[in-house]
Amino acid sequence: MDLDNQAQIKELAERLGVENLVVVIGALDSGGAEIAAMTVTSGDPTYAGPLAGVSLRLPVYHVLEPEVRSSVDQAAYQEEVELMEMALEESVEDIVATTRKAREGLD
Amino acid sequence: MTAPVVKGFAALLVHAPNLVRYGAEPFYRLRARGEDAGATLRPGLRSYEDALRYPPNQAFIGNLRPEALGDLPVPWYAHPLEGASPQGRHGDLMSEEIFYGFLKVADDFSQVSLEADFLEEIQESLRQHPLFQETDAKRLGRGATAPDLAQKVSSEEALPLFLGERMVGIVQRAHPLDPSLSAHALLENLACKASALLALRQLLGQHPGGPESIDYLLSCSEEAVGDRFNRGGGNLAKAVGELAGCLNATGADVKSFCSAPLHAMVMAGGLAQSGVYGDIAIVGGGSLPKLGMNYDRHLEAGIPVLEDMLGAVAFIVGPDDGHNPQIRLDAVGRHDIRAGFSQQAIMEALVVRPLERLGLSISSVDRYASELQNPDITRRFERGDTAKTNYKMIAALAAKRGEIPADGLDTFVATCGMPGFAPSQGHIPVGIAYLGHGMDLLSSGQARRIMFLAKGSLFLGRMTHLADGMSVLVEQHP
Repeated sequence: MDLDNQAQIKELAERLGVENLVVVIGALDSGGAEIAAMTVTSGDPTYAGPLAGVSLRLPVYHVLEPEVRSSVDQAAYQEEVELMEMALEESVEDIVATTRKAREGLD
Repeated sequence: MTAPVVKGFAALLVHAPNLVRYGAEPFYRLRARGEDAGATLRPGLRSYEDALRYPPNQAFIGNLRPEALGDLPVPWYAHPLEGASPQGRHGDLMSEEIFYGFLKVADDFSQVSLEADFLEEIQESLRQHPLFQETDAKRLGRGATAPDLAQKVSSEEALPLFLGERMVGIVQRAHPLDPSLSAHALLENLACKASALLALRQLLGQHPGGPESIDYLLSCSEEAVGDRFNRGGGNLAKAVGELAGCLNATGADVKSFCSAPLHAMVMAGGLAQSGVYGDIAIVGGGSLPKLGMNYDRHLEAGIPVLEDMLGAVAFIVGPDDGHNPQIRLDAVGRHDIRAGFSQQAIMEALVVRPLERLGLSISSVDRYASELQNPDITRRFERGDTAKTNYKMIAALAAKRGEIPADGLDTFVATCGMPGFAPSQGHIPVGIAYLGHGMDLLSSGQARRIMFLAKGSLFLGRMTHLADGMSVLVEQHP
């Protein structure tokens, strides 16, 4: 995950408290989704950014998961996300599975 | 209908393994860690022969159609081509030692000093190089002694230029305090100028009117030429034009991150069509800061550092000449400020709207030349296959509009797209790398219509959250 994003998430978690945050990621493949999800739960697995060794254990969702899709404005979803969803190389299920796994590991 | 035309195209690649240490990522990171850049990078640097036989490089200089890369085994770096040539249909793949010679040729202020023995060694090859001109000889000077060069490096006035472990020259700062005139900034600017110059000379060598027929020059290069009072002040265009012998031209630079080349193409088209200027040359020099962008990941993966190439392009836009491919100024796609941030909004602005203005469908374009970043590099480093993702988005737009069946996306991508093949050079991969190949298709009747697309990450400069985008439709002359 981008180092600036890591810094921003860390700062938000400190300011607002981890209980008041949910992270929604939009990685285009399962590998990218896995790294992003791990970064905000167990810490940056690449040990490159501000979240290296920092386990925030934030609930993380992929934008393509039904929980996200059903809770946002459908017109906006169609406008912002639908085309990217159609352009994916992997199946949605594969991409969201790694995010779900990271989230469920928090329980 | 008269329309401005694209009259010629040239490309240049420089294999620059010893300059990788001065790419932004290696330079700042290794310096911060106090690591010896040479020792850290050496295990990952490839030979000239390996770079020459690397399939995407052969595609870039015009010896291989980019579309044919899809039939080759991957990863490409593990499957070198047989019979690769350093001379391509669109330009050369130059070695680093010869490029150092041209770095000195491009230097007007004695910032570059080459070591005398090294200069002697390359002298003959340089003189025989088709892009070396008689007037270049005296610009090379006599060279300096190794102890003199070493002294300037140790007093931190200069950066060393290496070939392996041997120091063969230096680049000196022009001011002790000004970061815009530091040795590093000047090396970036001179590498850009020298590579742009070589591409322009290549182009003008094939242009019937020669250099003096050029009225105007636009540089879409990325480097910020200037000083502390005007960082990025610019006009690399004129500096390059001077050494290319464009004595009747003036010029200016165009900036918009990676989309600058297409802005330049549209501006040139407008200026040529309106009669302000006749033939206009556009140059995009190589971007040294991009070298080794992912060097650490390459090293970690035990693969060669593939971001070791400087790439440059040059092309001419002029008034309608009755036969060269036309730029459709009535179908320029632009990402206007209101268009929004989503990829969908950008693609609609760049692809759908300009085609609608002409009453054309997405599938009536034979080829799309979009962000042609090399998947050998991007796939490995979590950024996926940028070119393919773009093509799938264009295909998805066509499907949403009912032009192609929902299960026809892959067929569309295979027909209208191509694998990315351009060196990681910011502005070079975005569409423009395909211009020479595209002109070949349009001139030979193998394609009627090609759309060039570019996106620019303006937000990286921290002045706006906006992105930028531009598209240009180029057609076979009717």
